[in-house]
Amino acid sequence: MIGIVDYGAGNLHSVQKALGFLGKESAVMQNPSDLKGISKIVLPGVGSFGHAMAEIHKKKWFDPIKKWLAAGRPFLGICLGMQILFEGSSESPGVRGFSVMKGSCRKFTGNKVPQIGWNDITIKRDVPLLGGVESGDYFYFVERYYVISEKKNVILAETGYGSFYPSIVGQGRIFGVQFHPEKSGDRGLRLLKNWEERC
Amino acid sequence: MLTTRVIPCLDVEDGRVVKGTQFKQIRDAGDPAELAALYNSQGADEVIFLDIGATYRSRKTMVDVVEKVSRLVFIPLTVGGGIRSIEDMRTLLNAGADKVSVCSAALNDPSLLSKGAEIFGSQCIVLSVDAKRTGKSWNCYVKGGREDTGVDAIDWAMRGERLGAGEILLNSIDKDGTQSGYDLELTRIVSEKLTIPVIASGGAGTLDQVVDAVRIGKADAVLMASLLHYRTYSVGEIKQYLREKGVRVR
Repeated sequence: MIGIVDYGAGNLHSVQKALGFLGKESAVMQNPSDLKGISKIVLPGVGSFGHAMAEIHKKKWFDPIKKWLAAGRPFLGICLGMQILFEGSSESPGVRGFSVMKGSCRKFTGNKVPQIGWNDITIKRDVPLLGGVESGDYFYFVERYYVISEKKNVILAETGYGSFYPSIVGQGRIFGVQFHPEKSGDRGLRLLKNWEERC
Repeated sequence: MLTTRVIPCLDVEDGRVVKGTQFKQIRDAGDPAELAALYNSQGADEVIFLDIGATYRSRKTMVDVVEKVSRLVFIPLTVGGGIRSIEDMRTLLNAGADKVSVCSAALNDPSLLSKGAEIFGSQCIVLSVDAKRTGKSWNCYVKGGREDTGVDAIDWAMRGERLGAGEILLNSIDKDGTQSGYDLELTRIVSEKLTIPVIASGGAGTLDQVVDAVRIGKADAVLMASLLHYRTYSVGEIKQYLREKGVRVR
């Protein structure tokens, strides 16, 4: 069973609906005791880096998620849920993320902010998550900040907005996507299906 | 690279689409879910539902519409029309809307934008500006373009951005329904003064006018109603034309 972390970030239902459309059962988890019976975690996210981490701490999600990630168990972070896999963000100086990947987030410059709309990806590594997905495929993005990864080997795909930045990251069974697969039409559904079945 | 979005707008009353019901390829063209699915299959980048009913019953039905569409169509869904409070926003977002668009309620109470952005994130909050030319500038109108508020539209859009709107839906009252082209001057000024995306609306009648909205008007997205609803063009045809003219589309 897939567990979707509810830490007050909203928009959990669209992920659940997309999974439901694919015939995948999922549960929205209000608190860490709901982790019982969960084999895969989705961490959605909107809002600011600092606010998200504060809510995660307040709702006692930090330790169980950190432990889950340390054990390398199946995980998908979406949008801000990907950014908080890294160490920090200039959006919220001094706030630490889960730090399972090295790097931090910085604000876009020179373009409209937020970036809102469909942008394409360039695949850097062929992995089962991206089966049936190609470079040049479009996904729906909404964000003000982008990740700068210190390690190239976690970058599975990049996207250009001003400069190129990581739009899909992966390390073992831990994945993050900067875009919203649940709002990215057929390609997004394909990626979610791949994640559930093959990752 | 980021692409220009093509966004169909559907007018809904009591849960039924009231314009653009002339589609032969679908069973029930008055059903918002069927039309949204059709536009999705044609390559629409988002869909906007506008509740023009403005009655309690119509608004309540819209929640059911959103609930249904969001189970079938997996592209962003914006809902506008008659949203007056944080509670209205919450109800629609919980039902499955990705964004809510506010117009007159935000003019009455600008804190609706900042509170909405704080609670739901600014990516959820679209400020809809109905602008009508008044001499050398544009004023914000309400009540379907019938009432002049005296508020300068460009100033209001800029204030909306500061308050926390994530996007501006810029509708030209002068152009709306005329099919004589978008208000390029207005669109360009707002797009260049703001850092958030601007969706151009009102006046699309030909494909070249859509290209102009992007090229000259600097619009980040183009909204259209009549051009699609009366089957003049499909979303796919519009995008193909934009592509031929060098506009990046999905």
